[in-house]
Amino acid sequence: MTSSTFPAAGASRADAPQAAGLSIRHAVMELGDGDTRVTALDDVSLDVAPGEFLAIVGPSGSGKSSLLAVAGALASPDSGTVTVNGQDLSQLSQGKRAAFRLSNIGFVFQSGNLIPALTAADQLRLINRLAGGPKTFDPVPLLESVGMAHRATNRPGQLSGGERQRVGIARALVTGAKLLLVDEPTASLDRARSREVVELLARQSHEHGVATIMVTHDHDVLGYCDRIVEMVDGRLGAPAPVR
Amino acid sequence: MFLALRELIFARGRFSLMGGVIALIAVLMVMLSGLSSGLVNDGVSGLKSMPVTTIAFDQGTKTDNAFSRSVIDDQQLNAWRSVEGVAAAAKMGVGMANATTDSGKQIDLTLFGIEPGSFLEPSRSAGTGLGDPDGIVVSSTAKAEGIDLGTVVTLDRIGTKLRVVGFTDGQATFGHVEVAYLPLKTWQLIASGQAAAGAPSAERMSAVSFDTASVVAVQAKPGARLDLAAGDTAAGTTSKSLSAAFNASPGYEAETMTLSMIQVFLYAICALVVGAFFTVWTIQRKHEISVLRAIGASTGYLLRDGLAQAAILLVGFTALGVAAGLGLGAAMPDAMPFALEATPIAIATALTIGLGLIGATVAVVRISRIDPLNALGGQR
Ligand SMILES: Nc1ncnc2c1ncn2[C@@H]1O[C@H](COP(=O)(O)OP(=O)(O)OP(=O)(O)O)[C@@H](O)[C@H]1O
Ligand SMILES: [Mg+2]
Repeated sequence: MTSSTFPAAGASRADAPQAAGLSIRHAVMELGDGDTRVTALDDVSLDVAPGEFLAIVGPSGSGKSSLLAVAGALASPDSGTVTVNGQDLSQLSQGKRAAFRLSNIGFVFQSGNLIPALTAADQLRLINRLAGGPKTFDPVPLLESVGMAHRATNRPGQLSGGERQRVGIARALVTGAKLLLVDEPTASLDRARSREVVELLARQSHEHGVATIMVTHDHDVLGYCDRIVEMVDGRLGAPAPVR
Repeated sequence: MFLALRELIFARGRFSLMGGVIALIAVLMVMLSGLSSGLVNDGVSGLKSMPVTTIAFDQGTKTDNAFSRSVIDDQQLNAWRSVEGVAAAAKMGVGMANATTDSGKQIDLTLFGIEPGSFLEPSRSAGTGLGDPDGIVVSSTAKAEGIDLGTVVTLDRIGTKLRVVGFTDGQATFGHVEVAYLPLKTWQLIASGQAAAGAPSAERMSAVSFDTASVVAVQAKPGARLDLAAGDTAAGTTSKSLSAAFNASPGYEAETMTLSMIQVFLYAICALVVGAFFTVWTIQRKHEISVLRAIGASTGYLLRDGLAQAAILLVGFTALGVAAGLGLGAAMPDAMPFALEATPIAIATALTIGLGLIGATVAVVRISRIDPLNALGGQR
């Protein structure tokens, strides 16, 4: 698949942000002080439509994680706007941002980042509780959809890296978030596991109409992505060809 | 508390180690409290049980052992009687004596000489009141030493014989020695060195030419506040409230201060140890907390959860420790000055939990400074 599947999702489009999904307009962010000051984001504009699975590749230190932080309301750009599902993030107070992340943005971190004390099912239940979801919430169907229902009562310590990542994906989907931000999900996985996890991400975003951004160094899995952009020195480059 | 409870179970090894320390501190608290109450009872229960608000010593008496050192006369007594707000005042003699019971057992007694029938006369659990020249009313705790109604005790050296005619209602000890109440005249006879061997007779008593006693015991009218300074000036005395006068009983100040200091240190240790544990625990959880914050958990939720965890740990293990301490305390030998009293133990329990919570709060508040941005990238 290439970006042509989603003609409305190009970064070169008109400046008006789209209503659903993610829109970043002219985001600039500098990090550090004095001599160590770097431009992590240099006039970045990006749209991701619902149901689109976008991969960001690029060298270390090019600003990929910074882009995820800005898109995920974890950091504010020095200038430019970020709109998620029609909500301008700069309008949100600090406290409202957390609540907004909870219900609108799903995060999948490197190696899952699950809570060590909780079973797979409880990982999902905790998020449901935090979000004030229904008391009758049942984590099993969601675990089923990532193929982990049989490990529902296992803690992260008893799961393999790939299984943890699957539970992490299920956890990100608990609140029905329409934007999924994924940072190096396959960093600690072997090839076969990496493919499984990325395939799962692709399926989830297509089936549930979730806009997904995945940062990866793993060129092996790019075939599952709808669109690939390359980041160099804080700038988004032309989409790299899918290998 | 969803997360707090599951973490308590998950990290039960670490939490039980910490809990064990808390429980041991609580045991120690109960023991210290029991020892402290026991020592206070042993030291001054004879004073505590008296219906007295103020004790007046002769002016300038050295505080330590002032009761047996001070000497007051009728003039000083009468001056106190006319102080405004005084309901009653009476002379009281205090002295220590070694004695031997008729079964040959050696005992120590604190002799409290009082006017029979005065307001100082103790309430009794058994026997008759003071009156006979040789009749004494002793602390109920003396029964443990084999003393009974009718037992005759002979004061060592002078050989004066005194007969037990009654027991006080509850413990009456002074300076860790059982109190024997006796008529003031008899006390004066003994204190002046005019007592002879055998039971003091009525005629010897009337011949006593010694009218001083140790202190003036003053009882204020209900609700009245005495002007102690004015009373002292008029009477030439140094007066103290009853509880302040405790310090004038033998060893009292040194004992209670040592124990209070140990207790204060223990509270500080409790706060510091719990604080240190939760600091390390919070640092260990740093990454998972940054993940939860990135996902969108509110700071309030995470703080409440962390504090609930600390509270469960503290309350649970303090209760365990207090229960163990009470069990140990009940098994204490009677000879130990040890008394389990509800109020000081409740205060000690509350302080252990409260100070532990303060320590934990200082540590748990770190949660609010953990940056959700740490969740991104590969720190782990
Ligand atoms: N807290 C910070 N303070 C100062 N500089 C920072 C900070 N975080 C990141 N940077 C710098 O900002 C730039 C972009 O960092 P970023 O983490 O976005 O890169 P990345 O593309 O995710 O790299 P990697 O592939 O290694 O994860 C880098 O040069 C980095 O050194
Ligand atoms: Mg990164």
